[in-house]
Amino acid sequence: MSTTTVDAPGIAVTERRLMEGSEALVRASIVAGCRFFAGYPMTPFTEVLEHFARLLPEVGGVCINAESELEAVGMAWGALSTGARAATGSTGQGLSLMQESFSEITVAELPLVIFNMARGQQDYFQATRGGGHGDYRHIVLAPQDAQEGIELVQLAFHLADKWRNPVLIYGDYLLAHVQEAVTVERIDFPELPPKDWAVDGSRTGSGLSGTVTSLGVGKIGQFEFGQEGKYQYIATKMPLMEREVRVETGYLDDAETVVVAFGTPAKFVKYAIKQLRADGHRVGYVRPITLWPFPYDAVREAAAGARRVGSFEMSGGQMIDDVRIGAAGQAPVHFIGGVSTDQSGFGVGRMLDVVDVTARILALHEGGEQPPVPGYETYGYRIQPHQMEATR
Amino acid sequence: MTTTSAPPPPGPILETSTAPADARRVEQLKPDLLLSPEHHMCPGCGEPLVLRLFLEAIEELGLATRSIAVVGIGCYTSFSGSMDVDLVQALHGRAPSVATGVKRMLPDSIVFTLQGDGDMVNEGLQEVIHTAARGEKVTCILLNNGVFGETGGHMTATSVIGQRTKNTLDGRDADYHGYPILIGDLIAQLEGAAYVARGSVHNAGAVARTKKMFRRAFETQARGDGFTFVEVLTMCPTGWFIPTVEGPGYLHDTLGEVHIMGELKVDGVVHTTEQLHAENAARAAEMEAKLAAGGIDA
Amino acid sequence: MSAVSGHVVKTRGTVTIDVETCKGCELCIPACPPKVLTMSTAVNRKGYRYPELHPGCTGCAACLMVCPDFCFEVFRFNTPRELEVEVTS
Repeated sequence: MSTTTVDAPGIAVTERRLMEGSEALVRASIVAGCRFFAGYPMTPFTEVLEHFARLLPEVGGVCINAESELEAVGMAWGALSTGARAATGSTGQGLSLMQESFSEITVAELPLVIFNMARGQQDYFQATRGGGHGDYRHIVLAPQDAQEGIELVQLAFHLADKWRNPVLIYGDYLLAHVQEAVTVERIDFPELPPKDWAVDGSRTGSGLSGTVTSLGVGKIGQFEFGQEGKYQYIATKMPLMEREVRVETGYLDDAETVVVAFGTPAKFVKYAIKQLRADGHRVGYVRPITLWPFPYDAVREAAAGARRVGSFEMSGGQMIDDVRIGAAGQAPVHFIGGVSTDQSGFGVGRMLDVVDVTARILALHEGGEQPPVPGYETYGYRIQPHQMEATR
Repeated sequence: MTTTSAPPPPGPILETSTAPADARRVEQLKPDLLLSPEHHMCPGCGEPLVLRLFLEAIEELGLATRSIAVVGIGCYTSFSGSMDVDLVQALHGRAPSVATGVKRMLPDSIVFTLQGDGDMVNEGLQEVIHTAARGEKVTCILLNNGVFGETGGHMTATSVIGQRTKNTLDGRDADYHGYPILIGDLIAQLEGAAYVARGSVHNAGAVARTKKMFRRAFETQARGDGFTFVEVLTMCPTGWFIPTVEGPGYLHDTLGEVHIMGELKVDGVVHTTEQLHAENAARAAEMEAKLAAGGIDA
Repeated sequence: MSAVSGHVVKTRGTVTIDVETCKGCELCIPACPPKVLTMSTAVNRKGYRYPELHPGCTGCAACLMVCPDFCFEVFRFNTPRELEVEVTS
């Protein structure tokens, strides 16, 4: 089954063109050879489905509006089994519905690419720890903007095939809907072995028919893992993927304060740090590009030379766990983010503003109190009398 | 000396371990697409009977090297090791969506699912209905024994009123447990469904009729005419908590009275229950006569 | 006082039975139209009784069709046999 990149006339864009991030990611998928997509509308992911629906048929691909997220991942599962490059996606809530399938697809070693156009950064745990059962890891790539997204999407399809493991693109409302001037050109990757594990009916009746399964069973007369064996095989495979770690760092040489941030908010952090440096503040940043594998080494090195590390996230604080592990006690780690979305909960919040971000970084750097997160004062939980004491 | 037409009293036991030299074989041990006749199903289980039928149908129609199976989760999952068919294992209830993905990528293949009633009508009801409504050109095969067999015999959406299961010990009660879903009949109503049939394996005549249903379903898929569905009522004496020999009778008298056997939809025409009953009566008599005369295809 | 008489049973077909695969479900017994299958008294290696064949088989293959364990192969004789059967009444 041919799955390597195929020319997609009319999909690639060689002269910079203004387009929303969703469209950029979809065009990148198709030039990477993706020929199947299934999804269910949900804000802010819906436009990804719309663009696939419009563009895939132009290259002979298939896009199905599935009856729910659960069926969408099932359909992608089937398409992947035939050796095709396929993807699905949603926002965090929709991905919650797909978790059982994600676990099983990983054990079945299918190269699924997953789009999370998240409603913020609070799906970090879901993406990196997985909401599914069992021992599995997905490579998670977090683009900071559409142009990087175009590169990371193509990398995703390559890594998925390389490792026979799902890869998740962590996007968000901002990435999905902001229009940027981009080019979409195919990136060449090293050649991969043919997908002789795929099934297409041609081996039926040969005595050597194929099985695509997570259960570790095999045909009579052929090698069989067994369920325990398959789980062990997957468990030993996971750490090997850690070599795919990617990170961007800046201004770390003499940084006293290091800020760790990912995704579109990281672009705000980088800009703020550039401004602060111009004012003479010794601040630097670490931007994980792979959320899994997390760049622990880069964080440790940065923390070793610094006085303090801040984790900036648009959430209640999830990546900070990994930052703490990475810092390994070299420097104290502080949370300098917060939950901030728009009124609907889908999109970008008030806190994502260069002035606010700068104030937070400066407060961390100068040892002051973090500015209040907009809204916490009004909506913050008030602990109740019966909750004051721990229960023993 | 008389030749007898009535069943003769038992005579001497004949040798049956080697094939006779002066005879032609009319039925082989197992389908070519079955790697081994051994399996772990209970004595008296109806599911292996269905396995034979659809594998034979695929071979006879010359569709083997295009065929891909998508298997659900149930007792029958273990058939995946002995079916010499390119195969994708799906999760409980999820086979129709996986089959959709396979068929859309390989439109010239013959794709079928193999699911139980717990899998298809409980966990995966939405999947099979939407797949049928979309007219996906796949064949969904339902092994309907009215219980979750693999977990030990629990009520499913197809269990009938009065049926005793591990969680309906006093029999399914309409007030408390609701009514069964007649999935074949439901699917026949959908425009995307091109051929819908319900077979049964309670006796040889029913088995023979069910074989024909599989042939028609796969032929319909091969023509590209839309979604096809073959439900087959099977015995599960273990899940029904009855002696093995009572399986076929129980099947006919309980499940068979509610889920009516027959071709539910052919060429866009949905058959009424009256039509099904009439057809069943006629064919039962016909099959009995043929068998007594020496065979269905003698 | 019992009498022994003989009569001929026309046997058009026969089967082979893989007794070791049989799980003793007994579904073939009532399925056989000429009723020429009976369950053994002996048991196979798995502990199940298995079907045994008597004269009168028509080769209709009903037993094969209802057997869940793929125990049967069915044959039809080129020339039907006539088997003498003794009956004690």
